[in-house]
Amino acid sequence: MALLEVKDLKVRVEEREILHGLTLTVNEGEVHAIMGPNGSGKSTLSHVIAGKPGYEVTDGQILFKGEDLLEMSPDERAAKGVFLAFQYPVEIPGVATMTFLRTALNAQRKARGESEYSTPDFLKKVREVSKSLNIPQDMLKRGVNVGFSGGEKKRNEVLQMALFEPSLCILDEMDSGLDIDALRIAADGVNALRSPKRAMVVITHYQRLLNYIVPDVVHVMSKGRVVKSGGKELALELEASGYAQFEDAA
Amino acid sequence: MPAVQETVERVKRIDVDQYRYGFETQIESDKAPKGLSEDTVRFISEKKNEPAWMLQWRLEAYRRWLTMTEPTWARVDYPKIDFQDLYYYSAPKPKKSITSLDEIDPEILKTYEKLGIPLREVAMLEGVEPKVGEEDPAKRKIAVDAVFDSVSVATTFKAELKKAGVIFMPISEAIREHPELVQKYLGSVVPTSDNFYATLNSAVFSDGSFVYVPPGVRCPMELSTYFRINERNTGQFERTLIIADKGSYVSYLEGCTAPQRDENQLHAAVVELVAHDDAEIKYSTVQNWYPGNSEGKGGIYNFVTKRGDCRGNRSKISWTQVETGSAITWKYPSCILRGDNSSGEFYSIAISNGFQQVDSGTKMIHLGKNTSSRIISKGIAAGKSQNTYRGLVTAHRKATGARNFTACDSLLIGDKCGAHTVPYIEAKNSSATFEHEATTSKISEDVLFYCIQRGLSQEEAVGLVVNGFVKDVLQQLPMEFAVEAQKLISISLEGSVG
Repeated sequence: MALLEVKDLKVRVEEREILHGLTLTVNEGEVHAIMGPNGSGKSTLSHVIAGKPGYEVTDGQILFKGEDLLEMSPDERAAKGVFLAFQYPVEIPGVATMTFLRTALNAQRKARGESEYSTPDFLKKVREVSKSLNIPQDMLKRGVNVGFSGGEKKRNEVLQMALFEPSLCILDEMDSGLDIDALRIAADGVNALRSPKRAMVVITHYQRLLNYIVPDVVHVMSKGRVVKSGGKELALELEASGYAQFEDAA
Repeated sequence: MPAVQETVERVKRIDVDQYRYGFETQIESDKAPKGLSEDTVRFISEKKNEPAWMLQWRLEAYRRWLTMTEPTWARVDYPKIDFQDLYYYSAPKPKKSITSLDEIDPEILKTYEKLGIPLREVAMLEGVEPKVGEEDPAKRKIAVDAVFDSVSVATTFKAELKKAGVIFMPISEAIREHPELVQKYLGSVVPTSDNFYATLNSAVFSDGSFVYVPPGVRCPMELSTYFRINERNTGQFERTLIIADKGSYVSYLEGCTAPQRDENQLHAAVVELVAHDDAEIKYSTVQNWYPGNSEGKGGIYNFVTKRGDCRGNRSKISWTQVETGSAITWKYPSCILRGDNSSGEFYSIAISNGFQQVDSGTKMIHLGKNTSSRIISKGIAAGKSQNTYRGLVTAHRKATGARNFTACDSLLIGDKCGAHTVPYIEAKNSSATFEHEATTSKISEDVLFYCIQRGLSQEEAVGLVVNGFVKDVLQQLPMEFAVEAQKLISISLEGSVG
């Protein structure tokens, strides 16, 4: 079943059109990779799906579980199961990671009409998940991402993904700023979350990440459109020949 | 304090134009004629059955006040106040003289219940189911002195405090029962000639709290006063005097609310603290006077003089304030570091939204040797408000080894507000070490979007980020107040973005 349907999406930022009619369908249980050179509109797509302010959708639509996503506020989208793992997770000084996780999780549950987690249940859940991601407990007491290394920040994103159990995870350049070991830990965390009910959209420049998170479908973006789609072998082909061949196709 | 959770729940439901304390209590009251004259001063003194020396003290202050002019140096703007158009004394009309809580007008008790302040001692002991990891609130007791318009209506836990030797009573009672203490200390920190509003207060103050902690005693519970302005056109002039004798300790909390009214109301309080050798006073305020409506109409003018005197060696005074209310705030809780090795602290969160104007800060006056002070100020400006930190740190010629650390951080929400920092630093000897750090930042759109992407609403996100910004100061508050203050901060900022 289609989880996410992007249809002929046109998006402007400050009078400049970035996406010129992008179409993409992601089914439940699938992992899609979106590759493309700088400026091809990959991050814009992820921001528009999550609802970041500053983008103007001039045409097209985005359906999520059959509902009009563009009609929802960003926090409603989060509660419905849209999760964006940020390329550069922000720091929030003075707010303990644990407090942040609990506030966010309970806000989502409340929006869905579910009961809020009690303190012991919440702590139990966080401990389980953080252990599997190799996240020490004292990291959770520190301010959100404050003084975290690149690897810790990305693991914190994966931790939230595991806690909130979204049905769509968008990973925006997860490999940026990570060394091989940190990348492997984060990717293992993501792989553990693959499930028949959950879809993932992995945005990346490099094929390297896709050795760890193996996609079902690969899309190539250029100049605000998807110009080619294929299986995981398409990523290898790109690695060998580069993006230039697609410039004209766009 | 079982009331807190409930308060928090109720507080959650209001929006920016629904100040939750904005109700009015219908009771009969006993007022002085409108306006200010020597007769008004005599009227108040007579109402309070004061001794002659007290009346003389007031009259001297009044005569002095006539020669003074209002200060204009603060960064606040308001129409001239007509001091003849105010009531200076208003008391709930007692049916008879009150000896126990049962005889207080039930309407007043209801008011305090609505405010979430339990005046009945039993209410403290019933408690609520404590949450895991939190201290059982029922085990913590707080003695409350409630001031309604001009008079104190109830003081709880008097007997238990008496056993420890602590005197906690309305200052009007203390003037009659402990004249030697009042005469010795009243005006010794804030003299009657200090400034326009303090002098006015000295002439017409009607009630407030008095605390005396004897040598070596650690006050067995938190003391607290709740101030409530109810009457229309009535100024509230309370006077608080706290004395910590040698080696004693006391923690005092103060909370304030007022009904929602279109006209401005004046609040001009004076607080004096005296700490003797090795004594420590911790004074916390959560000020939530009515700030005016979203068009800037109404609200309290809060012109307050608060000063602590570290009179003894190794004494310590700590001010913590959370200021979210009032149309105009003019307030500088200060420390005079007279004793050698004494220390002063000022922790402040000042939030302004709508059309509020805040000019607040502190003065740390180093007189003794090896004295130290610490200032942590967090100003948050939203809406069309103006938020100014004004602080003075000074070391006297003989104050060798004086040390100060100041950190002033301002956070702006939106682009129609202003934050200003005005530090004055004077070191008159070369051994002083003064450090000053200041930052001003705008709340980051990226940080807000990150929080919202994780499921928080816009307002919850602002509340969370701001609470993180002020965390260093919130930690200084007693637990009960910290929880309430945190919620209050989120509420004060509702409607500040978007």
